[in-house]
Amino acid sequence: MSDTQQRDTKARRPAVDGWFTAADGTTRLLGTRCASCGTPYFPRNELACRNPGCAGPKDGSELAPYAFSSRGRVWSYTDARYQPPPPYVAADPFRPFTIVAVELEAERVVVLGQAVPDVTVDDLSVGMEVELTEGVLFEDDEAVHTVWMWRPLP
Amino acid sequence: MNDVAILGAGMHPWGKWGRNFVEYGLAAARAALADAGLTWPDVQYVAGADTIRNGYPGFISGATFAQALGWSGARVSSCYAACASGAQAIANARAQILAGLADVALVVGADTTPKGFFKPVGGDRPDDPDWLRFRLLGASNPTYFALYARRRMALYGASTDDFAAVKVKNARHGLANPNARYRKEVTVEDVRASAVVADPLRLLDICATSDGGAALVLTSVDFARRHGVPNPVRLAGLSTVTPTFPKTVLDLPDFATDSAMTVPPPDRPFRAAIAHAAYEEAGLGPSDLSFAEVYDLSTALELDWYEDLGLCPEGEAEALLRSGATTLGGRVPVNPSGGLACFGEAIPAQAIAQACELTWQLRGQAESRQVPDTPKAAIAVNQGLFGHGSALIAIN
Repeated sequence: MSDTQQRDTKARRPAVDGWFTAADGTTRLLGTRCASCGTPYFPRNELACRNPGCAGPKDGSELAPYAFSSRGRVWSYTDARYQPPPPYVAADPFRPFTIVAVELEAERVVVLGQAVPDVTVDDLSVGMEVELTEGVLFEDDEAVHTVWMWRPLP
Repeated sequence: MNDVAILGAGMHPWGKWGRNFVEYGLAAARAALADAGLTWPDVQYVAGADTIRNGYPGFISGATFAQALGWSGARVSSCYAACASGAQAIANARAQILAGLADVALVVGADTTPKGFFKPVGGDRPDDPDWLRFRLLGASNPTYFALYARRRMALYGASTDDFAAVKVKNARHGLANPNARYRKEVTVEDVRASAVVADPLRLLDICATSDGGAALVLTSVDFARRHGVPNPVRLAGLSTVTPTFPKTVLDLPDFATDSAMTVPPPDRPFRAAIAHAAYEEAGLGPSDLSFAEVYDLSTALELDWYEDLGLCPEGEAEALLRSGATTLGGRVPVNPSGGLACFGEAIPAQAIAQACELTWQLRGQAESRQVPDTPKAAIAVNQGLFGHGSALIAIN
């Protein structure tokens, strides 16, 4: 059986539960949003709204699930030329990867993510439009573990 | 008056010695006590800055150092605040003195660091953002430094040669510093020839991790005078402020900034706010500074600090660097010690080491790296993980 076939038969699951969804064909980061002041949070904040000026109950009841915009603009970018230490699970041999900080206009946040595997720093520039997709973070005997990744808009 | 005297400063040289951190702390503490003309039994309060990579003794460092010096009944505290640990230990000691609870306090920080990138402490902790950023992003500390560096290039036209010039300057400053780990001239070509770690930063743009120890003896100004030091170097301002919501600068180990959707960003971003609070406390401003020690975790980050300290307007740090103003002999030398470029980072000791440099410079004892014309005031700043940072102003 080829590697590709093996991958096809393996379970595919998020490397982290509840941080993103690709359910409706669009990949989105999942967080929460304060119903009282409107502040969104990623990663998910279920404890209490952290806006000191918010007059909500601040017992977590004000925080409802929220799906973030799937497109944004590059705030900055870099790459990892050396293998990061565990708990990162690196491919063998290690393949350098690109990391992008993306500004989401609606939510006014900058959020990090890896770029899809074939994108290098030479393909990126600050201000460029990117969109979220799902990609493979690592693979072990049990499953293909997926994560959110940024890719430049065509 | 809110000043306390810095009566003694001492360090164990930085390096990759691989020995127990207590040894470095002990050497630094003894050196600081000797420098102050005091002995350990004179110390009423000992403040330790913790290390999290050396087991239990590191988590209760104040007691660890007190035991190593010989139990004396001194009161004790231990604190951890990432890169600002040393400054928080200084803050604890200062508060005891200003409250009149102690006249003589000893502050000690020391670290033994593992090889390579800093990694999260061991064990599976899927609810710890510091664990998760490695797991889900592969984001090491240089990842964040590189994001800031690239941003400077895009916004302000910084070049990788500007970053290299910071390294060249700091390497020259630290050449003869007996406590520095790297004492070697570096050229722009050397930086260019070093491997890219996290584009656009190369190996020589990024500070190493080091072993080292530093200590201070703080006393009330009255005690210093009674002790025969009428004009000690004084600690005039010390800020360890937290960020203000929404924190819109991406910080280690964040996945994302706070959202500025509902509340506008604060007037001053975090690093500038850290410095501002110290300026307010000391009643001084950037134009009063004779020199500065800043946390050059990367060469590019030193340029960010120029602006955060108000040494120049936003976007003009490269021009300030190129003008020579931040080189020894210039208007406001930055990192006359050689900075992290020459030391590498020994986390809990680093802010204390910065304070040692301020003390020696303000006394005119910095030998070949001495800031000329009798420096009067200086600032030391740092920033670390999880919303920690500090700024310390010393005057003579």
